[in-house]
Amino acid sequence: MSLLNWIDDRFPLTKVWQEHMAQYYAPKNFNIWYYFGSLSLLMLVLQIVTGIVLTMHYKPDADLAFASVEYIMRDVPAGWFVRYLHGVGASMFFLTVYLHMFRALLYGSHRHPRELIWLLGMVIYVALMAEAFFGYLLPWGNMSYWGAQVIISLFGAIPGIGEPLAEWIRGDFVISDATLNRFFAFHVILLPLLLALLVYLHIVALHKVGSNNPDGIEIKKNKDKDGIPVDGIPFHPYYTVKDTFGVAVFMAVFLAIVFFVPELGGWFLEKDNFAPADILQTPPDIVPLWYLTPYYSILRAVTFEWLPGGAKLWGVIAMGAAIVMFFFLPWLDRAKVRSIRYRGWLYKTFLMLFVVTFLMLGYLGTKNPGHVDIFWFKNVIWAQIGLVIYFAFFLLMPIYTRLDRTKPEPDRVR
Amino acid sequence: MVDNINNDRRRVLTTVTTGVGLAGAAALAVPLVASMKPSARARAGGAPVEVDITDLAPGQMKVVEWRGKPVWILRRDEAMLLELASIVDDLSDPNSAVVEQQPDYARNAHRSIRSDVLVVLGVCTHLGCAPSKNFDKGAASGLGDDWVGGFFCPCHGSKFDLSGRVYKNVPAPTNLEVPPHTYVSDNRIVIGVDEKETAA
Amino acid sequence: MMSMITKLLLIVSLLISPALLAAGGGENLDSVYINLADKGSLRRGAHTFVNYCLSCHEASFMRYERMATDLEIDTPTLVENLMFVADKPGELMTINMAPEDAKAWFGVVPPDLSLTARSRGPDWIYTYLRSFYRDETTPTGWNNTLFPSVAMPHVLYEWQGLREALFDESHGVSEFSGFEQIASGKMSEVVYDEAISDLTNFMVYLAEPAKLVRYRIGFWVMGFMLLFIGLTYALKKEYWRDIH
Repeated sequence: MSLLNWIDDRFPLTKVWQEHMAQYYAPKNFNIWYYFGSLSLLMLVLQIVTGIVLTMHYKPDADLAFASVEYIMRDVPAGWFVRYLHGVGASMFFLTVYLHMFRALLYGSHRHPRELIWLLGMVIYVALMAEAFFGYLLPWGNMSYWGAQVIISLFGAIPGIGEPLAEWIRGDFVISDATLNRFFAFHVILLPLLLALLVYLHIVALHKVGSNNPDGIEIKKNKDKDGIPVDGIPFHPYYTVKDTFGVAVFMAVFLAIVFFVPELGGWFLEKDNFAPADILQTPPDIVPLWYLTPYYSILRAVTFEWLPGGAKLWGVIAMGAAIVMFFFLPWLDRAKVRSIRYRGWLYKTFLMLFVVTFLMLGYLGTKNPGHVDIFWFKNVIWAQIGLVIYFAFFLLMPIYTRLDRTKPEPDRVR
Repeated sequence: MVDNINNDRRRVLTTVTTGVGLAGAAALAVPLVASMKPSARARAGGAPVEVDITDLAPGQMKVVEWRGKPVWILRRDEAMLLELASIVDDLSDPNSAVVEQQPDYARNAHRSIRSDVLVVLGVCTHLGCAPSKNFDKGAASGLGDDWVGGFFCPCHGSKFDLSGRVYKNVPAPTNLEVPPHTYVSDNRIVIGVDEKETAA
Repeated sequence: MMSMITKLLLIVSLLISPALLAAGGGENLDSVYINLADKGSLRRGAHTFVNYCLSCHEASFMRYERMATDLEIDTPTLVENLMFVADKPGELMTINMAPEDAKAWFGVVPPDLSLTARSRGPDWIYTYLRSFYRDETTPTGWNNTLFPSVAMPHVLYEWQGLREALFDESHGVSEFSGFEQIASGKMSEVVYDEAISDLTNFMVYLAEPAKLVRYRIGFWVMGFMLLFIGLTYALKKEYWRDIH
């Protein structure tokens, strides 16, 4: 292995491999929820690779963009496959990220000493939403156009600077070629670079403190005479083979969607986006894709005109606050234990309510707010109930986590 | 930890899974790589081109585009055709020995189907510049007293005769390429389609 | 472990189940049977499309050659029977109508039809083309129950014949109650519906030609993934014997 020696004298290759793979000790009791971190990383890589190929054929020009996407779908060899991988991939990326985040809420992975991992993760999440939003304009379909129009108009609600700010973002008085061109720059350069950097930092921070586990107890408290955690196992080969199995199952689901139902009934690719952007024809229901609809629901739920500054402003504030809440989670949670396994019924109930509410808000966000009655109430009333539960989950957390009757944690992982 | 580790089974499983996994990754890479091949639009742009040479007088040349490259169609007059044999000693490949540079039906003294009509790609075989026509003879051409008319590439000074044959001691290694072409009638040439063997 | 999987499945199904609800449309559409494996139907649809639709509408993302290859039409037949405005098989299905002229003649530019089956859905196309009726009050003399006051005339009236729409006024509002045939066309209702069904089938193909290969490759990919899942599972089990 003289080549390896040559490299090791100049670059810590073996050292990095040992420290982060072969001699990185992870808790041995990871369950199914622990697949979604590596799967999110896989999705980032896949999105970048397919994105590079699409960039070779796509034209960021208002007159050519829509046709260039159809050119990819028809004229470019295997272009349809690459485009579906990227389009479906966006949804799959959010799916893995949401499940990855939920895992933290289950087992307290955001708690001390992992606050920074959580914060970096939240910045990744926000950057990912921006990435998805910019990318969604690029096909220049009618939903792309009007979706961007609505979201950018949100900035107009900010008092004083709102309208100039919205114009600055668009580079025009309406969504136009200038907007498309700059969104392309953000989508293919700025945010991918940022995401790659943030994901790197997220993993560096994780490897500094070590992984949490479903029991929420520190494996580093129990070390053998060599200083190796007794409940830890080397990441390689145990978690590399396990994650490979996870990748196989996940890719099977992903590819099944790509090959058989790429639109997934309008949830991954919207019907209205197969018509080119038309400045005179708004689609009947302007909705973002499913991964943004919970926040969209919260935005629309604020209809109280008596609020100072008006309902629009407070809708935007509520939406922003809904995302910001997540950042404070490590400090809002006051429970003595981390994992849901040893928490009392209060946290379990609140978490379940929160998940149901998040999904409900997501569903309502895809529906027209006016005319749908679900069970007893109008759509918007349900969204308002959801909004209250959503914020209650966060704002009451210091109280109910302290009151909660927790069970004693075991000494060793199970 | 268990003692009875079956290392053989472990090794075989690792090898097979790695192999199948790499095959899968390669299969995923195929469409990504294939997407860089010429698209249906590029291929449609490269479709055969039909040219009418009825009004092309002897001694005149016209240029058409095929696959984004210039194709020269030169109708040589009697004098030009006579010169072709006289300069053979100055040429590096007078008998079209390099078979890739022309279809079989153009491997003859005049490098063409119809003896008077030359069809060649106007792309220098050195580094792809566009040679210019220089049909003047002798000193008037600026290419020396013994110049009998032909093509001159301004990039690196390669010279070709009126059959697209390359002169000796110039950078270009081979004769100009004759594209596949065929006559659908006496004066109509289709460029991009090979002469049918039966018709030859 | 098992309970976690159940929970996960529950979450996934919660995410996906509304998708199934979303599939239904708001309007009352007649459903059409789409079968892209029926090349005969696609060819008949293609024939109708180039003869009737392609005179005013474009399908500017589609190439004749691609259609011929996919629908197993040989080049002479393609050039003779299906290419009226193009010179070369590699060309796109465009027409030579200037948008300004179109606007002057129809009031609107006839939309490109390449993606209509994806933006509106096959059922919409099938219903729309079977909902024309005679209406002297409109500029074209035609109207449509699915798309009231549409600018497009009934191009296929020779096939379907003349029909009038009956409206029930008894509830105070005008409510469509059915069509009345006033003059028969070249086709019976059954044959006409069949022809429109073929045309819709073709337009589904037109909207996504890759659909023909997508399913076929998909089955091989799924087969491979199952094999890979099996192998990685066996490998994981083998290594994890150390731990458990």
